[in-house]
Amino acid sequence: MSGSGRRLIENMGWLTLAILVIWQGLYVVIGDIALRSPMATLKFTASFVTTAQFVTHLTETGKAFLMALTIAVVSGLAIGFWLGIKRFASDVFEPFLIAVYSVPKITLYPILLLIFGLGLSAKVAFGAIHGIVPIALFTLNAVRNVKPVLLKTARVMGLSTTATIQQVIFPSALPEIFAGLRIGFSLTLIGTLLGEMFASQRGLGFLLMNAIGLHNVDVIVMLTFLLTGFAGIAGIALLLINRRITAQI
Amino acid sequence: MTQPHIRLTDVEMTFSRPDGAGEDIHALGPIQLDLRHGEFFAVVGPSGCGKSTLLELMIGLSTPTKGSITFEGKPINGSCPDGIGVVFQEDASFAWLTVRDNIAFGLRRMALDRREQDERVEKALAMMGLGEFADVYPSQLSGGMRQRVCIARTLVTEPRLILLDEPFGALDQQTRLLMGDEILSLWRKTGATIFLITHALDEAAMLADRIGVMSSRPGQLIDIVETNWPRDRDSRIVEEDAFGAVTARLWRSLRVESMKAIGKKDARP
Repeated sequence: MSGSGRRLIENMGWLTLAILVIWQGLYVVIGDIALRSPMATLKFTASFVTTAQFVTHLTETGKAFLMALTIAVVSGLAIGFWLGIKRFASDVFEPFLIAVYSVPKITLYPILLLIFGLGLSAKVAFGAIHGIVPIALFTLNAVRNVKPVLLKTARVMGLSTTATIQQVIFPSALPEIFAGLRIGFSLTLIGTLLGEMFASQRGLGFLLMNAIGLHNVDVIVMLTFLLTGFAGIAGIALLLINRRITAQI
Repeated sequence: MTQPHIRLTDVEMTFSRPDGAGEDIHALGPIQLDLRHGEFFAVVGPSGCGKSTLLELMIGLSTPTKGSITFEGKPINGSCPDGIGVVFQEDASFAWLTVRDNIAFGLRRMALDRREQDERVEKALAMMGLGEFADVYPSQLSGGMRQRVCIARTLVTEPRLILLDEPFGALDQQTRLLMGDEILSLWRKTGATIFLITHALDEAAMLADRIGVMSSRPGQLIDIVETNWPRDRDSRIVEEDAFGAVTARLWRSLRVESMKAIGKKDARP
């Protein structure tokens, strides 16, 4: 495990280097009109991240994202477990979930805005609906795919329903559930940022939209850099945990 | 001790079709069967004859449509009584637990102090030859070894009746013979009653004191063969003439039933 983990980090190092080279190349071709060089971006980022303005927006986005993620994970797992255990309910609701999954959520945003108003709750709701469905779908399938013989074993051992869920279904389904959590994590982040970009007065998404309006290339490139970096690092961390879980199975 | 260990009285099982249309499926019975304390009983039958249904009834996973089952004098309904242990055909080891934790799983919810639990786990590890694998995960073991883990997990609860549902079905012939030896020695050591479901005639003939032959659906016991083997026996019994005679008699009873099961209409005795 530590061997494959080290190789993963090594690969990421090479990938980062390749991205920096391509970035620099693009900058040479495109120029200052739409891009900044990696070096200039790093410098600008270093000075900008310490400003009070940035910290306020970052905190706002962080808060919205964490709330959205919590809601997405809790309700996604709850829906997934419920549907996974109830055969009939899952036959009824799974097609709906898949349909909702393929609807571009942005079409629902006006409705959410009318319900929640401009502000934190609309962003959180928008982020959460992006995450709930994939988490619920993966959990549903993970729970449904638990081998029947394991459930029989639990019954023969006299485990209660709660104990069966805790000690047999959950650990058995965990690797697949975790794959859903990884996707849910990314989609919730996208949803939260989109929410901020289209209707918000605060947060990194708002900052980005504002910078686009002002043609502030420094801020645009910096935010892209920071968000990509965050999503990338979080993605690798989740992948490493996922590998650790599946290593036994 | 005149009371049978487990008694099946007029047991029948009928499944209604899920869509409500068509006739109900009469899967099993009526079946009468008494198992004596400490005997090794095997059931053979063509595929689809209701062997696994019979097992599910005996461990309370489903309730018979008609008739009753009593274990040590008490009726079984809805749940598996303490004192019955099961090993299924499919690999039922828990992939997320080490071999040791797998074996201890069923013990943890029993009212035993921790030292007694640990002792039993160590004993089962040694008995099933899993000592050196105690801390690995099942995925690192072969199918045969994983089945041993499941057997050990059942053994530690010290069941008085052990039900085996084709536990060696997925293993190769050589491993099956050797596992058979282990089951026999385990049976002698524990003194438990064993009820083995199998489709392999030689396996039944080699292991059991009595062998029940089941008909094709609806499964009924059409013959019960006494092997009269000594209690102290092993897989070398396959060399004896009497072994051939037992297998031959089983096949005579089963041949027609097996033909029915694969859909041959002109089956003649």
